[in-house]
Amino acid sequence: MAAVLPAASLAHRRSRLVRERIIEAILFLAALVSVFTTVGIVYILVKESIVFFRHVPVWQFLTDTQWTPLFDDAHFGIVVLLSGTLTSSMVALAVAIPLGIIIAIYLSEFAPFRLREVAKPFLELLGGVPTIVYGYFALLFVTPLLQRIYPELPGFNLLSAGLVMGIMIIPYVASISEDAMRAVPMSLREGSYAMGATRFQTATRVVVPAAFSGIASAYILGISRAVGETMILAVAAGMQPNLTFNPLEPAATITAFIVQVALGDLPHGSVGYQTIFAAGLTLLVFTLAFNVLGHVLRRRFREAY
Amino acid sequence: MAVSMQSVKKQVRRRKRWDVIFALVGIVALMIGVLTFVALFAEMAMNGAGRLSVDFFTSFPSRRAGQAGILSAWVGSTLVMLVTAAVAVPLGVASGIYLEEYARKHWLTDLIEINITNLAGVPSIVYGLLALGLFVYQFGLGQSILSAGLTLALLILPVVIVATREAIRAIPQGIREGSYACGATQWQTVRYHILPYSSAGILTGVIIGMARAIGETAPIITIGALTFIAFLPPAPIAAEPPFVSFEWLFSPFTVMPIQMFNWTSRPEAAFHQNAAAAGFVLVVMTLAMNGAAIWLRYRLRRNIKW
Repeated sequence: MAAVLPAASLAHRRSRLVRERIIEAILFLAALVSVFTTVGIVYILVKESIVFFRHVPVWQFLTDTQWTPLFDDAHFGIVVLLSGTLTSSMVALAVAIPLGIIIAIYLSEFAPFRLREVAKPFLELLGGVPTIVYGYFALLFVTPLLQRIYPELPGFNLLSAGLVMGIMIIPYVASISEDAMRAVPMSLREGSYAMGATRFQTATRVVVPAAFSGIASAYILGISRAVGETMILAVAAGMQPNLTFNPLEPAATITAFIVQVALGDLPHGSVGYQTIFAAGLTLLVFTLAFNVLGHVLRRRFREAY
Repeated sequence: MAVSMQSVKKQVRRRKRWDVIFALVGIVALMIGVLTFVALFAEMAMNGAGRLSVDFFTSFPSRRAGQAGILSAWVGSTLVMLVTAAVAVPLGVASGIYLEEYARKHWLTDLIEINITNLAGVPSIVYGLLALGLFVYQFGLGQSILSAGLTLALLILPVVIVATREAIRAIPQGIREGSYACGATQWQTVRYHILPYSSAGILTGVIIGMARAIGETAPIITIGALTFIAFLPPAPIAAEPPFVSFEWLFSPFTVMPIQMFNWTSRPEAAFHQNAAAAGFVLVVMTLAMNGAAIWLRYRLRRNIKW
């Protein structure tokens, strides 16, 4: 029947087709923006870091035990900043891992329906609080509180920053772990109950192992957030580079250092300016490694039902 | 029988006790989270209550804590959010539509998907470094409202894309087939069916993204936003032609979280009160936005029956 179509209709169809193609192309370009963002991040960090590593040999960057990039006698030992990042993240995880998993198990397996309906949105709300507010809380509430128990604690320390950071990541960890546990099919639980297991036994020996891949990736996400967290540490842990693994001391992290440099006015193109890109590259490599690890864990321990 | 009824009963009782103990531990853990939040909110409300007045919203920051306000900060935050929304919403929704409705399965779309997942895990300060190198210096946009808005737009883009995709995925295939059966093209289907039905879900994602952007401090500090701004950006509307001015896009600025950071890092307690008041405003704003998003999602789940 195509032969009887008038020419006007054909032209109309053709213009419609062209418009469709143009729209698809525009949408595709929009989708590419996220790829360009990644390319841009890698390009900028690598470009500035290459200039930096021309001034500072890589081995010195990795092995030096001092970090004084803005002094006359400049040292660039990233280990110093890494120690701060590592210590504060450890404190945060010491809080978030046990609390997060207990809350997730409780909400998924024990809590009455009503409580869960209220608690889940509440956790999400908690996750939306700006980190600068947590920073204020760590410096002006948690630190004075800790000083009452342990008077020698300095005003800036990794402990209170880490504790608050742990509280901050609980919502993420608990929420994702809980989703993973809810996804475990009911029949597994019923089988366990039929064998005479209690609720606690079913939760810890059936549901948690079955949801392990989801729980593991929740923790990886939590670690990656702790490592990249900036404002809590910049406010509450002080910005003094300090090679220490003692959470009772003040120390700078990679992120806090970047903030410190950005707050001053370093000329564009100086070594100090490029230092923050080298520090940023280190940070990106770490978080990327955690992301990849998360993917691997999820794939390796995925249980298919 | 080696096992007596007595000992079996005892074992059952012991195991059941663990159920009770864990239920208690669970409530305690939940309470720790809740109480921390209550403490945070109460501390800020009590400390900042003395500063919360109309003057606080209509004054510029000042060297004297008692006269300082957040006028330039909330105006700056509003303008930056305008830019962020104007960039992130169309880009994010378009990406989501492309990936769900148009993309065929091949390596490029796989790459885009993996890339979005990874971008969501990149620390916000790294976006700040991207913006410093790219927007501020490479493109010469300077430390302006435009740079900050673009940075935050890239930051929340994954949130908007993921929300859009989830909202679109919830629409049954029958809707599309019905539309095609009536002779609609793909774009017409998207424009008149997919977009309207997914708009509430998309809106939820946009609000959550904006709530995150409004509290972000690190990337904006990294691009070098000033902390002491005692003036407003040029007005967007002028009395004489051409009436509309975009000069404000290139103006220096400060935002709420940066103002709060500035006050928090001063040693004087009087400024801490200002920080508490600013923090209180910030928390109420983000909570209201997140609350609206959660409420919207809850309503959505109840109302839609395909």
